[in-house]
Amino acid sequence: MASPFLIAAGEVGGDFFHERSSGTLPCQAQSSHLFCWDWARENIDRYGTPTVQHLEIVLLSVAIGFIVAFALALIAHRTRWLQPPLLTATGILYTIPSIAFFFLLLPVTGFGRDTAIIVLSAYTLQIIYRNTVLGLANVPASVKDAARGMGFTSRQILWKVELPLALPEIIAGLRIAVVSTIAIATLVVFISAGGLGTQIYGSGNLTFPTSIVIAMAIVMTMAFLFDLVLLTAQRLATPWRRARAL
Amino acid sequence: MAKGESAVNLPHPVLASFGGAVEFIFTPQTSNVTGGNKVGGFDKSLELVLKHLEVTVIALAIALIVALPLGLYLGHRGKGELFAVGIGNAGRAIPELAVIALVAVLIGVGLQTVAPALAILGIAPILVNTYVGVHQVDPAAVEAARGMGMSELDIMRKVELPLAVPTVMGGVRAAAIVIIATATIAPLAGVETLGDFIINRNVYGENGLLAGAILVALLALTIEGLLALLQSRLTSDGLKLKTV
Repeated sequence: MASPFLIAAGEVGGDFFHERSSGTLPCQAQSSHLFCWDWARENIDRYGTPTVQHLEIVLLSVAIGFIVAFALALIAHRTRWLQPPLLTATGILYTIPSIAFFFLLLPVTGFGRDTAIIVLSAYTLQIIYRNTVLGLANVPASVKDAARGMGFTSRQILWKVELPLALPEIIAGLRIAVVSTIAIATLVVFISAGGLGTQIYGSGNLTFPTSIVIAMAIVMTMAFLFDLVLLTAQRLATPWRRARAL
Repeated sequence: MAKGESAVNLPHPVLASFGGAVEFIFTPQTSNVTGGNKVGGFDKSLELVLKHLEVTVIALAIALIVALPLGLYLGHRGKGELFAVGIGNAGRAIPELAVIALVAVLIGVGLQTVAPALAILGIAPILVNTYVGVHQVDPAAVEAARGMGMSELDIMRKVELPLAVPTVMGGVRAAAIVIIATATIAPLAGVETLGDFIINRNVYGENGLLAGAILVALLALTIEGLLALLQSRLTSDGLKLKTV
């Protein structure tokens, strides 16, 4: 059964579909053509602001998520019995679909960017937490013993031995978190928080193929670039270890 | 589109809106938007839950049929690591909203287009995890099986797959999560899942919005719990001893 707005989906949403100079369609942008180059050339500038919004939301969410998850992992590293309950808790947050999560928070935080950032950062917790704990656990006991033998305190062992050795796993977690957050952040349009999702689903309607493809391409390029930057950072930060393909 | 917030930052109105949402799930409410028509209620909720489940199960089944044998084969041969891992990474970067939107505006609406689209999102995690799980099976176990005269197919079925169960199921669970989540926006492509309460908020009102969110969250947690149970059933006791 068709939902109400599907009937409206074919209608023109404001000036979105029109070439702005003449008010006519430069080509069959609205039709089922996958991509209309003329429209893309004319309108590429309208993706600037949503791209910046998207970036801001992603960076804030991952930064908050990283700080919280990293702190949790350090606590769990020292207090072992906390590990299973923290894994379950972050797992539950990860399981709740983001759209449902947005609207569960709606009575508390309302529409807008705050809700989006809370949900997206909650999403990154599990992967960063799990990889950090795993990375710390994988540090060989012999290395820690050697450090202790050299007179390192526990704190020095953590910051100068364990964390540097765990860096590949930590960054692997961060890469997954960043890439998936960039993709999921398109959904914040449902909570009126802007971002590239607005170019896919704008003012209550789906837009049209050309616009969806452009937004999708920007999102995937952004994800690819961030992945590359983090991978490069990891290789530079751990020169003693050849980065693995995974 | 952004309506004014109906609740302020106080615990009491928050509880009241959740109460309203729970009521919406069980008894039809008079909507102030549709002019006296009753919306929501237990029958409607159940109908949408079942539809959401149907789409999820079909999509997950398609993803499994495609990704499991492929991952098993590639992992067994130790080939195509770049392919499997590349698909996995690219899969994570695909915006779900764009997939549903493109399918709706280009191919058409309905279950027969939405289910395969959702399956595409589920293929990546299952493929990668199956590949990795099989690839990291102890070569000694595979050699022993080969020495006992097992065929390659038997080795895959009886040695590698059972040993890879925890990793494979990790992928299946990740796929289930993304499919259930994306099925929430399936109403954009004409499939009335629980997302209907959320996306057509002009029909169902604030209570419907929250009711949809509650039901989707519960459904996701239930499916995830069932899959975790299935995973521990499928994992051999020997493997469990090792991990505990």
